[in-house]
Amino acid sequence: MKDVCISENSCQKQSCGLCCTKIKNFGVTLGSTVILDDINLHIHCGELTAIIGPNGAGKSTLIKALLGEIPHTGTLEYVQAQKDTFQAPVMGYVPQNLNLDSTSPTSVLDLFLSCRSSFPAWLIRRKKEVENVKEKLAAVNAQHLIDRRLGALSGGELQRVLLALALDPVPDLLLLDEPVSGIDQNGMEMFYQTVSSLRRDYDLTIILVSHDLDMVRRYADRVVLLNRTVLKAGSPDEVLQSQAFYDTFSLRWQKQNNTGGDKD
Amino acid sequence: MDFWYKLVEILPFEWAKAGQMVFMKNALLAIILLTPIFALLGTMVVNNSMSFFSDALGHGAFTGVAIGGLLGFVQPLSSAVIFSVVFAFLIALIKHKSKMASDTVIGVFSSTAVALGIFLATLGGKNFAKLNTYLIGDILSITPKEISLLAVVLVFVVVFWFLVFNKLLIVSVNSSLAGSRGIYTFWYEVVFSCALAVIVTVSMSWIGLLVLNSFLVLPAASARNIARNQRQYHFLAVAFSIFAGIAGLIMSYYIETATGSTIVIILAIIFFITYGLRKKFA
Repeated sequence: MKDVCISENSCQKQSCGLCCTKIKNFGVTLGSTVILDDINLHIHCGELTAIIGPNGAGKSTLIKALLGEIPHTGTLEYVQAQKDTFQAPVMGYVPQNLNLDSTSPTSVLDLFLSCRSSFPAWLIRRKKEVENVKEKLAAVNAQHLIDRRLGALSGGELQRVLLALALDPVPDLLLLDEPVSGIDQNGMEMFYQTVSSLRRDYDLTIILVSHDLDMVRRYADRVVLLNRTVLKAGSPDEVLQSQAFYDTFSLRWQKQNNTGGDKD
Repeated sequence: MDFWYKLVEILPFEWAKAGQMVFMKNALLAIILLTPIFALLGTMVVNNSMSFFSDALGHGAFTGVAIGGLLGFVQPLSSAVIFSVVFAFLIALIKHKSKMASDTVIGVFSSTAVALGIFLATLGGKNFAKLNTYLIGDILSITPKEISLLAVVLVFVVVFWFLVFNKLLIVSVNSSLAGSRGIYTFWYEVVFSCALAVIVTVSMSWIGLLVLNSFLVLPAASARNIARNQRQYHFLAVAFSIFAGIAGLIMSYYIETATGSTIVIILAIIFFITYGLRKKFA
């Protein structure tokens, strides 16, 4: 695996629309439990693919398997139009949450610096690097958060900061694991707008685990309904109006409409 | 060392006069070298919620000393270092492989190690008392040769901290995030654990197993109360640690107490003061 942290390669890529990511026969088994089975997806770059599914469907597991963190069967192929060779895509990842406790004295700047360079973030802060971090944060409207502690950020702010981090350097494949709760509606809207403009600006392949079906309908190019395996994949309308979707979510919809809250 | 003795003579203390109380001067230098080591490593111990783990390392080191004594080493330190590094690696490995809560894994290892240590040390009706020095510790017994060893360790820790700090920080923020950036999470944890094991073992006979963990945890915990970024966190932890070390040593001389525990009490007072101030800095 290459050390993407140190690389300064953040130049904008030319849009091609021809590179693609193929997920072939993906499966994950933990102990005797089959968590994912026979996942086949073909994703073009410049597309925002949303993964939806009930709790425990294996959405986060799929992301972690794609990252190579969890052992899996099957292959992930990334093909670029200009190059004939297969190469491992540069991954950007926005985790669901952080392991840090909220009192941790880790500022946004600390996190960026420790990812960008090998100079210890507690001792050396080069001006050029700090300016660069400000620019990256500005791209997601978060430049004012640079000196805040990670634990003091709201859910939406943290998500934007982590998004900026995942884009530094610009990845081939951007994997986003959306938190189940804790983000206000405004933050959500801002996040989806940012992600959605990214795919055009950088020609990224974006895979987004989402819990907000309304946002998915408005922003995703393609939707994958997952529950251990791919139940349905296609355009948002195709998937959200399918029988498979109705079978998976009908109870949930009713519950939500009755109580008017608690999406998951 | 002569240079150091000359330097100390400037201090306005009775024991600092030329030709007097060499052991105090040695201890002072040792404290100045030791405390920053503990403060630096302690920042990450607290970041990663590893304070129980570092405590267990001390227990492992103790068993190492007992094994060394049994095998007839004159200086059981080398066997203790080897044993506690193996011990640290095993805990890290089992923590990684099993789904058991990490404090359970650590608890199992820690209590087994202490039991094994006492068992081996008293085997054949031997007296345990000679191992008391490892429990309470005695910084005043440190020799110039050991101080030069400490200086070497300090240099190693600072270099180590330069090389791995950033990676360790990312791992502590989110291990999947670290993985997505090509960092081998598990190996960084192992390297850190082993470094910790070496430091804990080497300094056990001077600081004492019973209070050793406080040297790691308290400076960082105090700094955490009022620091807002990693830079403040590190500098405050090191400053608190050195201050408490020097103040504790000098106080223990005049009120005739064990140095290690006097230092820890001062560290604890600092912790509660910063805890009271934390809202002002939040």
